[in-house]
Amino acid sequence: MIEWLMEPLQHPFNQRAILAALLIGCTNGYASAFVVLKKSALKVGSLSHALLPGIAVAILVVGLHDWSAFLGSLFAALLIGLGSLAVSRGSRLDQDSALAILYTAAFSGGIILLRRIGVTQEMEAWLFGNIMGLRDSDLWTNFWISFGALGVLTALHRPLLMTLFDAEVAATLGVPVRALNYLLLAVLIIVLISSLQAVGCMLAVGLLVTPAATVYLLTDSTHAMFWGGALLGGLASAFAVLAGWWLNIEQGPAIVLVLGAVFALAFLFSPKYGLLSRATAPAARNEL
Amino acid sequence: MLNPVHDSCAHCDHHHELQVEGLAVRYREVDALRDVSFSTSCGACVALIGPNGAGKSTLLKAIAGLLPVAAGRILWRGTRVARWSREIAYLPQRENVDWQFPITVRGVVRMGRFPQAGWWRPFAKTDEAAICRAIDMMGLKQLEHRQISQLSGGQQQRVFLARALAQEAHVLLLDEPFTGLDRPSKAALAETLKQITHEGRLVIASHHDMDTVRDIYDEVLLLRRRAVAFGPVAEVFTEDKLNETFGPNGKEAA
Repeated sequence: MIEWLMEPLQHPFNQRAILAALLIGCTNGYASAFVVLKKSALKVGSLSHALLPGIAVAILVVGLHDWSAFLGSLFAALLIGLGSLAVSRGSRLDQDSALAILYTAAFSGGIILLRRIGVTQEMEAWLFGNIMGLRDSDLWTNFWISFGALGVLTALHRPLLMTLFDAEVAATLGVPVRALNYLLLAVLIIVLISSLQAVGCMLAVGLLVTPAATVYLLTDSTHAMFWGGALLGGLASAFAVLAGWWLNIEQGPAIVLVLGAVFALAFLFSPKYGLLSRATAPAARNEL
Repeated sequence: MLNPVHDSCAHCDHHHELQVEGLAVRYREVDALRDVSFSTSCGACVALIGPNGAGKSTLLKAIAGLLPVAAGRILWRGTRVARWSREIAYLPQRENVDWQFPITVRGVVRMGRFPQAGWWRPFAKTDEAAICRAIDMMGLKQLEHRQISQLSGGQQQRVFLARALAQEAHVLLLDEPFTGLDRPSKAALAETLKQITHEGRLVIASHHDMDTVRDIYDEVLLLRRRAVAFGPVAEVFTEDKLNETFGPNGKEAA
């Protein structure tokens, strides 16, 4: 039994995958608090789909290198994000509709393009992740992205929280709200891209929403939401990589599934905000 | 005697004036406000009264620096207000705030110290002292570690006021502070606003309830996209002028 449990740790590609899962899970878990508080899960989900055509074009133009997929997807996300803004301002459509139109069109283009280039197998990896296929250089890329993203987000924690709580009041207190909103979106996109190799662009939004959303049901503390989200994201991802090996299931979906299961538990059994505790003690809430 | 805190000017000889001259604000092509002029000073409690869509919130936001001014100017203490000023606090409508946001009463009040503490610096003793004083003044000591989701309407409004006090604001701009409060909370808030103005601050609040205007405010600005009338309550808050503001269908339509 012990041997069976410890076996995956002996393979270097497993060690790399676990390390990457910890890194990516932590960063996404921490950043997920911003997504939940900003109530922008839908937007982030749309942008994650927009990453695919960027990767396709980058592969087509310069081939697959360490940074080409990263830069291509970054460029695509910015193009779609800013494009939706331009379309909504230049027409009577709202930004969500504009975003939906642009990202589905781009995503379709990306799929057709990837098929034509003849990397069908890799397409699967970009869609659902391939954390077992990481190389050392990918690990370093992830490390620097995590380091930079966490650094920016913690350094700007105070004005960012004020912006998320009430942008107008924050502006009257001298917070450059608009600039911070753009910066936050940019950092979130970069974090999103860093999770591509782990969970792929179809599932990336799960990793960038679920951790802090789960903690949100357990605590009222803002700090717990950020660091608890990081802890949950890292541990759940690492555990899912191991579980995927033990049970022979794909690691990308396993990560999102484990997070979903933890969320379901919190949703049902959270002492304060869980469905069951609220159903059994409705009077306690009215007193407040 | 010098006021060591100087978060109000009641102890000073001079009067701090807020002047609005020929103010116009446009949303796209629509005139939200045009040619609004009035002038008031510290120690006054001003009611903004007018029908829905008369531009009450717009005027408050314009003074707070949240909206671009199309014409005219806003002067506070003789100088133009830039994008924002530490001395001007904006208190939004309670219904526009996400009360499920995971933050405590003290956490919200601390935000008022952003102009002093800046982006990174840890809060200094003077900051913590100002936060404690503001919490005490608003009677929130017992509630300071409570989640904002667990507050009553009156308590929510007091949290906003405490943030403005922690900010050491001279001018408090309140959007519909009395809306949605129960009767005791309304009475308590009226007392609090009086106290705040007596200490030398300027309070400007949009207001709906016609019956309480005389009890709470010193001055009234009647607004209908333009300033219909401005002055002391006794002179301006009259049947004739209200009819002119709200139209022949009367106040109830508002």
